[in-house]
Amino acid sequence: MKKLMEGSEAMAEAAIAAGCRFFAGYPMTPFTELLEHFARRMPEVGGVCINAESELEAVGMAWGALATGARAATGSTGQGLSLMQESFSEITLAELPLVIFNMARGQQDYYQSTRGGGHGDYRHIVLAPADLAEAIELTQLAFHLADTWRNPVLVYGDYLTAHIQEAVEVDPLELGPVADKDWALDGSLGGTGRSRIISPLGFAKTGRRSPGIEQHLRTMTDKSRQIEAAEVRVEVGHVDDAQTVIVAFGTPGKFVRYVVNQLRADGERIGFVRPITLWPYPTDAVAAAAEGARTVGVFELCAGQMIDDVRLSVLGRAPVVGIGGISTDGSGFGVGPLLDAEIIRDRILALHRGETMPPLPDNERLEV
Amino acid sequence: MKLVGQAKPDLLLSQEHHMCPGCGEPMALRGYLEAISELGLTQRTIAVHGIGCYTSFSMTTDLDLVQALHGRAPSVATGIKRMRPDAIVFTLQGDGDMVNEGLQEVLHTAARGENITCVLLNNGVFGETGGHMTATTVLGQRTKNSLDGRDANYHGYPILIGDLIARLQGAAYVARGSVHNAAGFARTKRMFKRAFETQVRGEGFSFVEVLTMCPTGWFIPTTEGPSYMNETLGEVHIMGELKVDGVIRTTDELHEENIRKAAEIEAALARGGVDA
Amino acid sequence: MSRSVGTVTIAVEACKGCDLCIPACPPAVLSMSIGVNRNGYHHPELHDGCTGCSACLMVCPDFVFTVYRAERSRG
Repeated sequence: MKKLMEGSEAMAEAAIAAGCRFFAGYPMTPFTELLEHFARRMPEVGGVCINAESELEAVGMAWGALATGARAATGSTGQGLSLMQESFSEITLAELPLVIFNMARGQQDYYQSTRGGGHGDYRHIVLAPADLAEAIELTQLAFHLADTWRNPVLVYGDYLTAHIQEAVEVDPLELGPVADKDWALDGSLGGTGRSRIISPLGFAKTGRRSPGIEQHLRTMTDKSRQIEAAEVRVEVGHVDDAQTVIVAFGTPGKFVRYVVNQLRADGERIGFVRPITLWPYPTDAVAAAAEGARTVGVFELCAGQMIDDVRLSVLGRAPVVGIGGISTDGSGFGVGPLLDAEIIRDRILALHRGETMPPLPDNERLEV
Repeated sequence: MKLVGQAKPDLLLSQEHHMCPGCGEPMALRGYLEAISELGLTQRTIAVHGIGCYTSFSMTTDLDLVQALHGRAPSVATGIKRMRPDAIVFTLQGDGDMVNEGLQEVLHTAARGENITCVLLNNGVFGETGGHMTATTVLGQRTKNSLDGRDANYHGYPILIGDLIARLQGAAYVARGSVHNAAGFARTKRMFKRAFETQVRGEGFSFVEVLTMCPTGWFIPTTEGPSYMNETLGEVHIMGELKVDGVIRTTDELHEENIRKAAEIEAALARGGVDA
Repeated sequence: MSRSVGTVTIAVEACKGCDLCIPACPPAVLSMSIGVNRNGYHHPELHDGCTGCSACLMVCPDFVFTVYRAERSRG
């Protein structure tokens, strides 16, 4: 049965439906509501939600919970996730299936999510839902992919994903089996029982074959290549004969899809590409869409970050132009007037017709 | 002849390790590994190691184990314990790891009354990097970045972490032992047992700090390690059971007890042995 | 004491020559060797009079000592 829920509640319910039984976080706008829902719901399902004393502690607690084989998650907004980056690196190298929620302020955390703010050669999968139905699906998929690959997965939400209310239904998805967690710890294997170790350093217990740190890091790199080959997800529309292709993700991707569909109905040869996985990036889909296009526009709510990946995909087939920009509400937490179908339409048409790009709207409009 | 003590603790997969000559950390390791064995907790224990010299024991320790980041072990242990309440969960950290990098983690974990045991190996220096000042380095102590001795006006004062933790309501058992002599080892091993028993009974956070020798990081001969430890660290970080059954002991009480206990144990050793 | 009520075995190759066992031995029946082990460290040697008290084991960082004691009632 459908129920009116805000995105944070829907995502918490989806996580619980996926079997998540541990969550730790620290309040921060616009992530706070997700923490609130976990705090309320976890005890009801036999799980644990800890209001951690900092983001550092939150991710550490999730690390411990994961080591026992539990499905566990943490999250914050980009600022809080900055504090967790060291642990994300090491958890990835320790091959623990962490799920991370970034309820971001705009799209300024694209680099952080896809390049990682942490040290070393590590990668984690990034899923970017465009609406609540997709957020429910991708949240569940995140836990499945994390277990499948023994690799962290980040769900990139935003202010609107967190707060918009829609009538949605959280049905547990059947995503297929995942391997037994024969690496998890319960404390029972000490004293000749072949005790286990979970380490980011490629450690093995004495007497067993240890890959050593170099081979361990190479194995992790191989895994990243496999994920890149297997897990790309993307939505593409009207690109076959498009003269102009617009690339956008997340909630802005939903707006762009709506505007491009309208423009198509008006007869304009415009298409869109909406990356659903930000890593691995849908390089081939963007490249194919750019083939034959006159120009590729990138609409993102930041100074321009994903545009790098678009350029790396297009590889000179067409000019790549940023048509988004920084636009926040007065507080800086929420989205600004740029995320408006009419304004996006004007900007796409300006690019499509080779006209001067209109200036970015000011957020005074919101104070009317 | 009856075997009364074996060289290698049962819960070590190898006798070999890479600690320097005269290091106190392996003795502390022996203390808690024997305590775990003797309490029958071997098959329900999960260890969480921080980053320091002792980290290399992660591979030889025959217990289920998580290798955590520098400073973060108490939070990792919290996540483990909440998901496996029946497991006995303990952390191993040095003073750099716990009191410098991760001070707030251990304090909050104690304040929450998290039913785990945190073990601190306190030698007042970063041993692994080669003898640098930590938050527990005592005034006057020479390190590579306090060459003329720690100066309160310039470097600030040391943190007496055991005393700090004892003041927190969630801490059920807090003790500070040492391994500078056999009597110290025997007392410390009893402290480990009491800490783990506290956890088994579900009484809340337990903490054992162990003063250990680091002759390499102190730039002294190994033979001077025990007396240096006792006279520098030991005079500031006062040994003893700092909190038992919720009652905090004063420094004077600890001093008096230390003198009495040391005499008792030394007398017992002279008679032919103590039951640690 | 002419007769030993205890004894220890010493894994000399594991010893790193720290000397901590020497002053720790209540009956003072350990001394450091003149010779060295494979790693070049002097190591303890046992003389008559061991009580099997385990003090050496407790202070040894390198897990060198195994301790035995005669089965008797202690008074």
